Amino acid sequence: MLGNGLLQGLVVTARNFIRSYFDPERLTTVQYPEERVTLPENSRSFPFLVYDGTPDNLRCVACKICEQECPPQCIYIEVERDPKTGKPVRRPRVFDIDYSVCMQCQICAEVCPFDAIKMDQVYELAGTDRFGGMLHDKAALLKSNEYYHQIRPTEADEVDARLSQSKKKVSPPIAKPAAVPPAQPVPPKTDV
Amino acid sequence: MIQPFTTPESGYTLIPKEGAIETQTIEVSMGPHHPSTHGVFRMDVVLDGEEVKRLKPVFGYLHRNHEQLAEKMNWLGSIPFTDRLDYFCSMSNNWAYCHAVEQLAGIKVPERAEYIRVIMAELTRLINHSCLAGFLLSDAGAWGTPLLYAFREREKILDLFESVSGARMMCNYMRFGGVRADVSDDWLACARKVVENYPRFLDELEALITGNEILLARTQQVGILPRELAINASVTGPMLRASGVDYDIRKVDRYGIYDRFDFRVPLGEVGDVYDRYYVRILEMRESVKILQQALRDIPEGPFDAGVKMRNFKVPAGDGYGRIEAPKGELGFYLVSDGGTRPYRYHVRAPSFINLTILEDMCLGHKVADVIVILGSVDIVRGEVDR
Repeated sequence: MLGNGLLQGLVVTARNFIRSYFDPERLTTVQYPEERVTLPENSRSFPFLVYDGTPDNLRCVACKICEQECPPQCIYIEVERDPKTGKPVRRPRVFDIDYSVCMQCQICAEVCPFDAIKMDQVYELAGTDRFGGMLHDKAALLKSNEYYHQIRPTEADEVDARLSQSKKKVSPPIAKPAAVPPAQPVPPKTDV
Repeated sequence: MIQPFTTPESGYTLIPKEGAIETQTIEVSMGPHHPSTHGVFRMDVVLDGEEVKRLKPVFGYLHRNHEQLAEKMNWLGSIPFTDRLDYFCSMSNNWAYCHAVEQLAGIKVPERAEYIRVIMAELTRLINHSCLAGFLLSDAGAWGTPLLYAFREREKILDLFESVSGARMMCNYMRFGGVRADVSDDWLACARKVVENYPRFLDELEALITGNEILLARTQQVGILPRELAINASVTGPMLRASGVDYDIRKVDRYGIYDRFDFRVPLGEVGDVYDRYYVRILEMRESVKILQQALRDIPEGPFDAGVKMRNFKVPAGDGYGRIEAPKGELGFYLVSDGGTRPYRYHVRAPSFINLTILEDMCLGHKVADVIVILGSVDIVRGEVDR
């Protein structure tokens, strides 16, 4: 019969419409600002810098690996220098990430040998300033290890275990932090 | 007798038929925003009344310099950019690129990683084809309903992607020699549940639209792509199979571990829009079969080959790696000079090449059919313009 397929389709929509009032499986949306979906632990948004204890004690040693590996080149790092000797200290003086350029790919967190940069889960970052507003400096990027534990418990536990192990290897004087020297990034080869 | 004349802008010369009523052709620029369900795309259409006389697709509105960017970036850095090629199927794009690099560098992928890749790629195929059915019907006038039904199911798969890779669409999940993170047993259980319920959704979708008389009238015998033309134009994917050519790279190349799965390749007979739609529905059913087998057989073991991603170098040489992406043959041609970045990086994007045949399918049809035919090609602008 002509129109049979059409009616069959309408039966499907009617069934869905009625079931949406009774069947919790059919309620597929949430009322966003009031209700929120819990994010899975792996969910990622933007990178942040982890510190242990106080904000001075950040894990980043300004090795610039993330700056070099970042695909959209949104990280900018300057090494802090000792005011007296002028020698570089293993700490960033400037650490900027431009969130408007960042594409949340997680490569910085992956390549970091010191577990210093990790991915955050915040997503409500809308701002009114297009140019400077999304440029996050070191102060804005610093977040505690406790916060990291809060958003990603399993991964943070693994990281802590790994870090305490590597600290044991390095032996008492903490002045010599990591066994691996933060090698200067290999200068990128220029194509002809 | 009407004299042959040239349209001013495009320079096409139109020769009217003998004894035709004198009508005027007009050149219409459809787009760049009109076919917006498929992105920013423009067609220069020469119309006689409502009939299409000439059609010229205009590309490039979404050009992002993908290939050149990749040549200035190390091998790892291109993976997140491949997500942005065909943003519906980021997992397949990741796999195609990693597959090409692995071939070039001679990396052996562990078994578990291969299984995970197959699972991800087939889930991506489910997403792509069910959404395509929705978009195609939106183009045909069934505005919203089928698309949202498809999006409801897509959401479940995107949740799976998010819980394992961290992002819903831009997964950035595959790595050279494996995947970035292992899947847990809980995840596999969730995936099994989604896959188990998927045929139910497909039945619902088919009950909703496949037998619909309006859809049949709009799609059957519209935009026929003959077998020979499809082969000559190097069309690939479901479009080629809808024209009756048995060519599926999963069967031809048997890349990865596709030789272990039992599945069939659905073929069309006529090659019209309806066949292209229905081949995709059948492909989803086959994908469900592959997924069931993969989720049953997935072994324990390492999920990557332990390749160091930093300062990753590929031996000098060139290679082409291709996979059967949901839209067709997605290939990466890479040339390496032994350094940390590709010397040449080329993407063979399926929707770009499938789109080149658009004019031949549209000639003689009405304007409204053009939109449906464009919908059945299944394009994503991110991939076409790169």
